[in-house]
Amino acid sequence: MSTPYAKLPAWADYGLIPLINLSVAFIVAGFVVMLVGENPFRAAVILVEGAFGKGTGIAFTLFYATTFIFTGLSVAVAAHCSLFNIGTEGQAYIGGLGIALVCLSFDSVLPWWLIFPMAIVAAAAFGALWGFIPAYLQAKRGSHIVITTIMFNFIAASVMVYLLVGPLKPVGSQAPQTRNFLAGAELPKLNWMIELFGAKIRSAPLNICFLLALAMAFLVWLLIWRTKLGYEMRTYGHSPKAARYAGISETRIILTAMMISGALAGMMALNPVMGDQHNVAIDFVSGAGYVGIAVALMGRLHPVGIVLAAILFGMLYQGGAELAFEMPAISRDMIVIIQGLVILFAGALEHMFRPYIQALFASVSPKSVGMQAVKGKGA
Amino acid sequence: MDSFNAIVQVLDSTIRLSVPLLLACLAGLYSERAGIFDIGLEGKMLVGAFAGAAAASVFHSAFIGLGTAVLISVAFAMVHGFASITHRGNQIVSGVAINFVAAGSTIILGQAWFEQGGRTPALQPGERFEAIVWPGAEAVRNVPILGPVYAELISGHSILVYFAFAMVPFTWWVLFRTRFGLRMRAVGENPAAVDTAGISVAWLRYRALICTGILTGVAGAYLSMVQNGGFVKDMTAGKGYIALAALIFAKWKPVNAMFACLLFGFLDAASIRLQGSPLPILGKVPVQFMQALPYVLTVILLAGFIGKAIPPRAGGVPYVKER
Repeated sequence: MSTPYAKLPAWADYGLIPLINLSVAFIVAGFVVMLVGENPFRAAVILVEGAFGKGTGIAFTLFYATTFIFTGLSVAVAAHCSLFNIGTEGQAYIGGLGIALVCLSFDSVLPWWLIFPMAIVAAAAFGALWGFIPAYLQAKRGSHIVITTIMFNFIAASVMVYLLVGPLKPVGSQAPQTRNFLAGAELPKLNWMIELFGAKIRSAPLNICFLLALAMAFLVWLLIWRTKLGYEMRTYGHSPKAARYAGISETRIILTAMMISGALAGMMALNPVMGDQHNVAIDFVSGAGYVGIAVALMGRLHPVGIVLAAILFGMLYQGGAELAFEMPAISRDMIVIIQGLVILFAGALEHMFRPYIQALFASVSPKSVGMQAVKGKGA
Repeated sequence: MDSFNAIVQVLDSTIRLSVPLLLACLAGLYSERAGIFDIGLEGKMLVGAFAGAAAASVFHSAFIGLGTAVLISVAFAMVHGFASITHRGNQIVSGVAINFVAAGSTIILGQAWFEQGGRTPALQPGERFEAIVWPGAEAVRNVPILGPVYAELISGHSILVYFAFAMVPFTWWVLFRTRFGLRMRAVGENPAAVDTAGISVAWLRYRALICTGILTGVAGAYLSMVQNGGFVKDMTAGKGYIALAALIFAKWKPVNAMFACLLFGFLDAASIRLQGSPLPILGKVPVQFMQALPYVLTVILLAGFIGKAIPPRAGGVPYVKER
């Protein structure tokens, strides 16, 4: 899409506008809190204290953030190629299947540091496979990727339910989940990192997947802005026609982008499965794939932004749990509303305030919005 | 005779299960034909279901419930319009947002207002739409073949069921026989041409979205006020997405939409009926397979293996006036 808007200085574009959009989302969420009959300011205080007040809270916040970094990166990689991957949820779910197969086979014989790399590969491969099919259909048969990935989320759910109430369920068990993994498939915790700063941690599931997530964020940055493949993906994302003209294979670029996206989504499953629950249960992803959309949009598709946005959502999840304790009228579903509002204001309505901000900038300092340059063309 | 009765019963539940799909599918048809992708059908149905059940139980009237459902659903459709028509935002992002806001707010408000774990109070007789028994239905019930068909399939549904099926020819008529329909289809294919003819693209698309909102509102009201007798959290359970699948399956045509929804409704009814009991040729089919079948079929269709589904050409693209 050609930009119908004049340029803003970078700090306004990447800092001010997202901040305004985010604030509006939270103000509207505050109205919902008022509608429920609670004080939004007190709610905000409880939320922040619950997330960052104690060491345990911080560890939980970072644990949730880990999950969202993976899904946010997954959505962002596809989005750079102008592919809207709503299938992150399903790809993560199927990624859990890969982890289950590795862990159930080897957890009695191998130590965690051998199982972990194998599980990473399996999770990434299964997630990538689940991203590959919609990508292939988009590239070769022209089926709209949004629709196929939605369909694949449902198919993934059916496949996993079938496996978890059937073949993968231990004999004699009632719960629809795999058996608990043995010690070999449990990832080491990272709580000592926070304890270094003098905080006390009771028990929190923060584990080495957090470091893996940060490493992936760095690799995604490297991929998108420092490699030929990333350049081609961004080119295709900007203008498929230009990419075709430049000799970039449409099929190859769509397939690669979606498989990387799927692999990142699949790796998300490592965090809850191997780091926390030590089994694969029905619906263990529980919407983290969709949170990824909000995180990616809020982080403006940049890994640094995504990590920050993921921590914000981790805070909402952890603080939201505390909030539900303190204010019974507000359950954790409040986060779902906030998530929706963030997607609405930071995503769909991202340009709503731009004209006003531009007018403001233009009246204060015409140079900052490049007025001279555009004036001649009558825009 | 027993197996015939069983078939009639499955077909009867097919009709009941396909009604919300059909209403949502036709709703999607209006907006997508006008060039607005709408994956927020799910969310609009959900708020419709909640608003309908809540208002019906507070005001003790089924029709006030229906009206509220439609009103709230249209309001959500207008948010989608505001984001994707006025501000030219990404239509899919906006739809996703609407689904989240709907899912969260129905639970939070339901819990705050009724304190029953996100449910609305169970609807009393006057507060929900009752089945309409057609004249003579009981008298002919014992007539072989035709009797059960008349008594079970044709008679004995609520007014919303008849409304849903009446909307099929009506939508066809609006789409292909009225000026509004012609312009709406044009705006979904080539908005620039419509603009050149001096017709407002934005206003046309807004009107299409109002139709969408009305129908998703009725679909939601059907779920909470006919099928269930109260709102339960997340009660749409992916029906909005199945409706979207049905819409593609129907290639954006109203009569096809009815058959697609009946097919998906039948798959649902059959999977409930079978519940793991073996089929004659296939043997035992897992329930999950039957549940996944609508999605699998849609993917196969989208891949172009059963005909080609060509969406409206301007779908998903915000209209920017040339300057």
